[in-house]
Amino acid sequence: MSVISLGRPAMGAARAGLARGRIELRHTFTNAQDLWNYIFPAVILLVVFFFMGDATVPGTSFALSSRTMPSALGMSVAFGGLVTMAIALAVDREDGTLLRAKAIPNGMTGYLVGKITLVAGMGLVSLAIQLIPGLIFLDGLSVRGASSWFTLIWVVILGMVATMPIGAIFGSLIANPRNMGMIMLPLMGLIATSGIFYPITNFPIWLQWTAQAFPIYWLGLGMRSALLPDSMASVEIGESWRHLPTVGVLGAWAVFGLVVAPIVLRRMARRESGSRVAERREKAMQRVA
Amino acid sequence: MTVVRQLRAPTAAVAEPPDDLAAIEVHDLRMRYGTNDVLKGVSFTARRGEVLALLGPNGAGKTTTIEILEGFRIRSAGEVRVLGVDPGHGDERWRARLGVVLQSWRDHGKWQVRELLAHLGVYYAPYSTPRVRRPWDVDDLIDAVGLTPQAGKRVSQLSGGQRRRLDVAIGIVGRPDLLFLDEPTAGFDPEARREFHDLVHRLSDIDDTTILLTTHDLDEAEKLADRILILAGGAIIADGSPDQLSRRASADAEVRWSRDGERFVHATGDATAFVRELFQQYGEAIADLEVRRASLEDTYMAFVREYESGRGAAALRAFEEVTR
Repeated sequence: MSVISLGRPAMGAARAGLARGRIELRHTFTNAQDLWNYIFPAVILLVVFFFMGDATVPGTSFALSSRTMPSALGMSVAFGGLVTMAIALAVDREDGTLLRAKAIPNGMTGYLVGKITLVAGMGLVSLAIQLIPGLIFLDGLSVRGASSWFTLIWVVILGMVATMPIGAIFGSLIANPRNMGMIMLPLMGLIATSGIFYPITNFPIWLQWTAQAFPIYWLGLGMRSALLPDSMASVEIGESWRHLPTVGVLGAWAVFGLVVAPIVLRRMARRESGSRVAERREKAMQRVA
Repeated sequence: MTVVRQLRAPTAAVAEPPDDLAAIEVHDLRMRYGTNDVLKGVSFTARRGEVLALLGPNGAGKTTTIEILEGFRIRSAGEVRVLGVDPGHGDERWRARLGVVLQSWRDHGKWQVRELLAHLGVYYAPYSTPRVRRPWDVDDLIDAVGLTPQAGKRVSQLSGGQRRRLDVAIGIVGRPDLLFLDEPTAGFDPEARREFHDLVHRLSDIDDTTILLTTHDLDEAEKLADRILILAGGAIIADGSPDQLSRRASADAEVRWSRDGERFVHATGDATAFVRELFQQYGEAIADLEVRRASLEDTYMAFVREYESGRGAAALRAFEEVTR
């Protein structure tokens, strides 16, 4: 049984998937939980900026908070792709959404396109919620001309393509949405070493190399290159924005994810059936009781 | 609603399947998990338009059987044809002719009833044929399952019974030729159950849909099905209309009497002859005579009790003696 098939009905299903993503994105504006999830990162950033106070980036007179802002945007893109996607898949599998998709013709194509649309849309909304106040209130941040916008756009798109398939793989492998901690803990560690809240140029070399193997560092760097003055490149590794390596590493993650994710997703979808969903429902009910 | 657009039809016309074909053909179906044989050679067919109930105690293999037919599980051995296609290799066109009623839990909670049905219907539009217009018009469908007052409600706000009607609506939105219902009324109160039975009757009347449902409830099987298959111990042990089965089950009668203060019980196929002989032999010594025909329910319930108490094999033989 092919999970994803091509042909005109499949193209139609892809369009239905876009519609599905738009509908679900609209749903996220109509309930408190989703709205809070949009606002929460901005609140965290505010708290962080408060504690940073007048601190500057070491070796410069540039405000540390203004350097943190774009880095945090990069982190937010990675978080959306990895965590939002993983949770969405794990939850949809547990509650039977995925099985419903499997029971209708080309439903898996529609489901996947819908989920990608939704997660990308949610990512852009939370990006805007953080970026717009940052541009207004933080000194030194600016989107100057077409080239800044261009950098911003390609970094965001490439970042999403690099992280969403990985998130989908995690979401397929996790048996239970409540086990997300298994992903969150290493991710937190990675964020701490990826130079989001503080430059890593003074970190041990091996730690710098570790951080540079993962997408979060490069997303932070890419966003800084779009939003900070070029003089700030001097405090980066190699004293450069390193666009080519950014494309290289994010591109490699994207290729890896796009090759592996369909295999893992297919395997997961093949195993879904009514009795599996019923089993999970039973377990969840026991937890509640 | 503008967000849900109609799909373009596929270029190749969907071939009309010949009408005389059986909707389901199962021959010697086997399923094994590790060393555990769940299905040990199940065989049956379902004619087009027939409502078939797969009846059996919990753990008899009903769900496994229906999931193999739905294409959600790969069988270990045996021949299976669903609408003429091996469900292990069914394509999307085949999928479009099937309806599967799944038990919802909390999926699509943020969707409105009408919004969800309109969206899911879009996937079936390319598989519309001159004979079967797909999907079902969304307002007609909502009306058919009695959810018109709830059409604008969020799925998470529906009551249990309304939710199950939505499950059915999702299962039939593509106007399936064949509909699968796995334990459709589990957890229903009697009122919701009666409404659900009416809905199934309407379905088989309106579209001549072939329906395969599983249940562990004989009463439900008798009310809904044209034909009942009793599945136990991994095999079909009885197959017939509710009427046929009850006539077969009640062929045996139980005769009770007492003689000199001692009580006796005897099961016999010919109660009249047995009692005549009894009186010839003992005359007035016979007292407390009682002749009782077992109903299908008595026989089935006794069988289920035995089966679930772990004496499966013995119960199976006893039941087969009665129903064959």
